[in-house]
Amino acid sequence: MPPDADAVVDLHDVVATLGQFPALSGATMRVETGEIVLLRGPNGAGKTTLLRLCAGLVPVVRGTALVLGHDLSVDRDRVRSHVGLLGHQNGLYADLTVIENVRFWAATVGATDAEVASAMERMGVADRLASVSVSKLSAGQKRRTALAGLVARRARLWLLDEPHAGLDQRARDDLDNTLREAAAAGATVLVASHELDRAESLATRMVDIVAGRAESGGSR
Amino acid sequence: MTTLDPKTTDTADSAMSSRSTGTKATRAIGIAATFAMGWLVLFGLVLSPADVNQGESVRLLYIHVPTIWVAYLSFVVTAVASGMYLFTKKHSLGWDRLAGASAEIGVAFVGLTLLVGAMWGRLTWGVFWQWDARLTTTALLFVTYIGYLAVRRLGGSHEQRAKRSAVVGLLSVLLIPLVHWSVVIWRSLHQTASVLDTDGNIDMDGTMLFTLFIGVIAFSLLYLWLVMHRTRALAMEDMLEDRGLDIALAERRAEGGTR
Amino acid sequence: MSVARTAWLIARKDLRIEWKSRVITNQVVPFAGVTMVIFGFALDANTDVLELVAPGLVWLATMFSLLLLVQRNFSVEADDGALDAMRVAGVDARGIFFGKVIGLALQLLVLEVLLLFAAVVLYGETIRLDGAVLLVTTMISATCGLAAVGTLYGGLAAGSKGRETLLPLLTLPAVAPVLIGATRAVESALGTGVAELSDGWQWVSLLTVFAVAFGVGGSLAFGPLIDE
Repeated sequence: MPPDADAVVDLHDVVATLGQFPALSGATMRVETGEIVLLRGPNGAGKTTLLRLCAGLVPVVRGTALVLGHDLSVDRDRVRSHVGLLGHQNGLYADLTVIENVRFWAATVGATDAEVASAMERMGVADRLASVSVSKLSAGQKRRTALAGLVARRARLWLLDEPHAGLDQRARDDLDNTLREAAAAGATVLVASHELDRAESLATRMVDIVAGRAESGGSR
Repeated sequence: MTTLDPKTTDTADSAMSSRSTGTKATRAIGIAATFAMGWLVLFGLVLSPADVNQGESVRLLYIHVPTIWVAYLSFVVTAVASGMYLFTKKHSLGWDRLAGASAEIGVAFVGLTLLVGAMWGRLTWGVFWQWDARLTTTALLFVTYIGYLAVRRLGGSHEQRAKRSAVVGLLSVLLIPLVHWSVVIWRSLHQTASVLDTDGNIDMDGTMLFTLFIGVIAFSLLYLWLVMHRTRALAMEDMLEDRGLDIALAERRAEGGTR
Repeated sequence: MSVARTAWLIARKDLRIEWKSRVITNQVVPFAGVTMVIFGFALDANTDVLELVAPGLVWLATMFSLLLLVQRNFSVEADDGALDAMRVAGVDARGIFFGKVIGLALQLLVLEVLLLFAAVVLYGETIRLDGAVLLVTTMISATCGLAAVGTLYGGLAAGSKGRETLLPLLTLPAVAPVLIGATRAVESALGTGVAELSDGWQWVSLLTVFAVAFGVGGSLAFGPLIDE
């Protein structure tokens, strides 16, 4: 491990491309254990790419990116399974029920049935919704199901892209409380959101993303 | 073959600042190839005799045999270069470009082989195509490497392209013996009568063998010349894309202001 | 999690999705059936000819259906970003590969039995008892090879533009040995034309080598192919 193992995310002048477009044009950013960092910025600023890069889905073209102490260009595989990503897509199988989906994702990291049950309880998709096919859910309910799958997986780094979008008031509160508890228990959270009021009260720190570069807004 | 060494083409700017893909070495090879082709024309069309059975059509073999030899050579080069890309620590993109250039030339030459072969078959056997083991294998090889070239064009970063196509390049090699094995048993089980009794074997006299030999030399030189130019052209394409990225990067940074 | 457990998890998930959605049952099986009928039109419903070429037509219909099955099996992964989610979750690529192969192979086997039945009904093919062992062995080994190739190239094409056309371009030449081998072996098993029962077994060895080669090669190649 490199000397600076404390930083969960440590980006230095990172460039990443979507096709030929440099979505990240030299992002530098450091996130410590237990932080909840809000990524702010207009559409197309590179927030989504930044999150996907940290999850190992978008390759680092230039610069260095360390996540959980591992260089993403060298051993992405060792970062994975400690990272949970909720992107624009939910990663759900439409033909399976809520509980089947959550169980499947929990099983990929060997989580127990009890953890599945508590995660579903927490995101409000237990009981009546559990045996409903995902194709019959509303957008917000799908989001909650995806979040339950994420909660059950006990990730060390949570990467959430617009997690509040489409959720009702109660689900947002559930989510925020879950994130705070996870952070208190030693997880680290990166959130990209346009729901600034809510996200700012949740976050411990803000980072502005402007034209593919990250600028620390400092501690709150 | 120092000029083919991928290391020289890998670092984008070194030695690649020239606007041409030619060097002294390629010029020499090009001149040698031209001379060899001239010899081939002279021997193939003028000095070598017509065959007792096949008549003048035997002259097509002086293209047919060398082109398939070059095609197999280029697919071997593609396989080796793919392996070198995947299994060397440096993952040099030069190997990837060599693999791509070689496969392109290989596909072109297999196409030529099949075309010339069909013409020869029509003249000798009376049909364009025979379901013979070698022919069938060659045709499948042709389609397989067209698929490989399609994979190369899928897009993404240079590294993505290199890794993906190296893997597909090696899988294609896995396929060749299986295809060959299957068509060999298949054709040996079904002995259909050939249209004409001659199966294509000829008693070659000395001049004919020598002509064939010149053909192999000439087409090998042509391959070498093409692959060197094409590899460098691909390197320049990659470089152009990298430059494009630099420009796009500068624009994007300017868009964010001078903060 | 071990490769075997991952594979089992994925295969079970794929089969459960099919059990609930019935997309393959309701669309691919009828497609395969229609193919068998239009082969009859193309050959002018000449039963002598049809009986002779039936094994080949069964496998041809299987290959075409394979392309549809592969596309269905990967569109459930790609539609809502599940394949990406699996990559992030660090699910072992070999596990994903073998899981998808097992799921696909079981779907193919069911389809092949139905197509064979269609050949009996439509083309007047007869199934001999003494060829049964050869028939079953051929179907299993050929299916494993087809499923391995299909999954491998399905995964490669899943994320890319033009996947509908790339998949057949890569898959059909690759499965040509299976088409040749499985057709000849089934001819031997059914005693079509002049085929001898004993001729069939050398094809089974080819099909087995093919399945093992692409099983091993595919499990190694699948990770790099879906990862980039």
